[in-house]
Amino acid sequence: MRQSFFDEEILDRQFIQLEKLEDRENPNFVEEVLTLYFRDSTTLLATIEREMENVPIDFPKVDRILHQLKGSSASIGANKVRNEITKTRELWQQGNREGAKATFQEARKEHDTLKAKLEPYFQQLRQAGPAETAMRPR
Amino acid sequence: MNSNIGKGSMSTASSSAAWKAGDVVPDRFPAGLRVLVVDDDPTCLMILEKMLRTCLYEVTKCNRAETALSMLRENKNGFDIVISDVHMPDMDGFKLLEHIGLEMDLPVIMMSADDGKHVVMKGVTHGACDYLIKPVRIEALKNIWQHVVRKWKNEWKDFEQSGSVEEGDRQQKQSEDADYSSSANEGNWKSSKKRKDDEDETDERDDSSTLKKPRVVWSVELHQQFVAAVNQLGIDKAVPKKILELMNVPGLTRENVASHLQKYRLYLRRLSGVSQHQNSFMSHQEETFGPLSSLNGLDLQTLAATGQLPAESLATLQAAGLGRSTAKSGVPMALVDQRNIFSFENPKLRFGEGQQQHINGNNKQINLLHGIPMTMEPKQLVGLHHTAQSIGNVNMQVTSHGAQSGQNNSLLMQMGQPQSRGHILNDATVGHAPRLLSSMGQPILSNGIAANVSTRNRIPENIRAPGYNPVSQASSMLNFPMNHASELPGNILPLGSTPGMSSLTSKGTFQEDVNSEIKGSGGFMPSYDIFNDLNQHKPQSWELQNVSMTSDASQRSNSLQGNLDLTQSVLVQQGISSGQMNGQNRSAAVVSKAMCSAGDFSEQRNAQNVNQHFNTLLVDNTIRVKSEIVADVSPANLFPDHFGQEDLMSALLKQQEGIAPAENEFDFDGYSMDNIPE
Repeated sequence: MRQSFFDEEILDRQFIQLEKLEDRENPNFVEEVLTLYFRDSTTLLATIEREMENVPIDFPKVDRILHQLKGSSASIGANKVRNEITKTRELWQQGNREGAKATFQEARKEHDTLKAKLEPYFQQLRQAGPAETAMRPR
Repeated sequence: MNSNIGKGSMSTASSSAAWKAGDVVPDRFPAGLRVLVVDDDPTCLMILEKMLRTCLYEVTKCNRAETALSMLRENKNGFDIVISDVHMPDMDGFKLLEHIGLEMDLPVIMMSADDGKHVVMKGVTHGACDYLIKPVRIEALKNIWQHVVRKWKNEWKDFEQSGSVEEGDRQQKQSEDADYSSSANEGNWKSSKKRKDDEDETDERDDSSTLKKPRVVWSVELHQQFVAAVNQLGIDKAVPKKILELMNVPGLTRENVASHLQKYRLYLRRLSGVSQHQNSFMSHQEETFGPLSSLNGLDLQTLAATGQLPAESLATLQAAGLGRSTAKSGVPMALVDQRNIFSFENPKLRFGEGQQQHINGNNKQINLLHGIPMTMEPKQLVGLHHTAQSIGNVNMQVTSHGAQSGQNNSLLMQMGQPQSRGHILNDATVGHAPRLLSSMGQPILSNGIAANVSTRNRIPENIRAPGYNPVSQASSMLNFPMNHASELPGNILPLGSTPGMSSLTSKGTFQEDVNSEIKGSGGFMPSYDIFNDLNQHKPQSWELQNVSMTSDASQRSNSLQGNLDLTQSVLVQQGISSGQMNGQNRSAAVVSKAMCSAGDFSEQRNAQNVNQHFNTLLVDNTIRVKSEIVADVSPANLFPDHFGQEDLMSALLKQQEGIAPAENEFDFDGYSMDNIPE
């Protein structure tokens, strides 16, 4: 299952970096980080969506949030999400609101897909227990 | 000893040429490196923290810039390096970078998901020592220690250049010669170093014969020349090369000018609310400190008068400070005076300091300031935040140069004293240093501070004289905070405690500076007066700007202006017998502590030196000073500014056995002790 993430390019090598950080002290580090990420990203995505429809539009604010989202997505290795966000931001900076909105929806979709796929993955890890974790390919 | 640190692994003792003594980097280094990471994104923060922990660093995380700043201020020597995100809600990352550079002179790494050239350039111009693109990989973090070491090394070198390190004297002498004669090398070296991608650090080191860069002391005169050149070219068009040409000062390198310019730009920017420079930031050219140059003592007053002075003084200070790193042009003290001029708020000084890198250098420069306005109004010293450093430097430089005219001497003395004593308020806060000078008007500086200054000025070691008048100035403010007033005998500056000091605290940084280095250069302000009375504590009103050391007679109060830094030094000198002064300056912990309180500066000095932090800083300054003042200022004190790293350095230094000797010098925290002709 894990390999599929990479095959589909949903996750990139940065995710592997996170996995490498796991150790005895932080056995569930990856899951913790991802949880933190989704908690924030969900809020941010909602904010962006709201702001994009707001009148008057606060361009810089949306840009800032997009930037932050880009950074955190990149940090966890959420490849597709990051790419879509980057595209969204570019369009937004160019003033192409409609284009940005459309791309943003794509980003949101990728984000939700990732979340949906990771949940069972982590569950599987937890169930497997430490042994499985130890055997998990790095 | 030119074993370049860069050579490859710090771990090898030999590689750290910078540390003369023993150049032994602790084996466990860089483990234990104290990193402060600032990012408003909790996900990134968590990941970074884990990565850094994996690298065996000691990590403190923070999600707000303001919190980070106050953490840094409270614990000036508690961190070795800072990693900060560029985009943060409460404060711009670059602004934070500037603050840190100016106040604490710590290496700062910027990071962002933004990899646009423009943003990266901004990082460079603001003085970041590196720029990481998110997502950050652990490999990138593994090497951040190099920035810390590099900074130490620079400081150390600067210190050496100042030449009066007792221990390191030998080496320094060599380097000194080399330094002065090889300012060109230094320039080259510096420029290369300046490039963040200093991949050839070692190579460069090799180039400069002794790796020691002669520190340029941005005396008032020199600074004036600088400002004139910049004005002639136009602030936006002023490039170091052209400025250098216009100035036509032998021995001055482009690097020196560049760093000075950068500081100056920062200074001006601050004055005008950042309206100007932002763009012209040339890689280190920050505001032209033109005004600084004029600070030469006499001008300081004028400068003080114009709010600009502070900026200028800063500039000067910066110059001085810058000079430290870059080259110390003998410009001694003239700048020092200027520093005093800088009485303008210390924050300005910070600018100079902003450039972290420079700041180190500035420390030296600040010494310059000391010399300045001794007569001047203590206020001016404020500007000198560098002064602390520079003063140390300046003093050193100055003295070496023959102490510029008697004025300098006197100033230097005053300054020097503060510097040396103050341990060089070098702290980046620099601004402080000048103060001492101005207020001190009295030869007091000669006392410990003179160390910094004295070196330059050879100030009649009177330094012990009345509390450093120079310090009186703002420096008192600055400096005092420095040393945590802890030691100062009598009261001298309980620097923080003293009322005047309050201002210092504001300086926040100064304290740090002060602690670190006794900022002797700048600010010894009023505290020194105290010293005279020593131990009189004169409740030093050191208030930075005009902290008139009420406590003491006029002398001290000289204008404690902001630069309490000097105070530190002053204090030191004053015979603060208690090594306290040093301690104060040194807050840096290491050394001073013992020193100052001990009252035996000499003892402390060494102790301090060992502390390393200061060593580097002070060493440079003090060392130089040593020659001159010798009396107390163990150059080490002078360097206090740098010492953000001091801790680190000290640790390193400590580790290095060999370093011990050198360290002594550096530790000038106490250095004043030695010098302090009690």
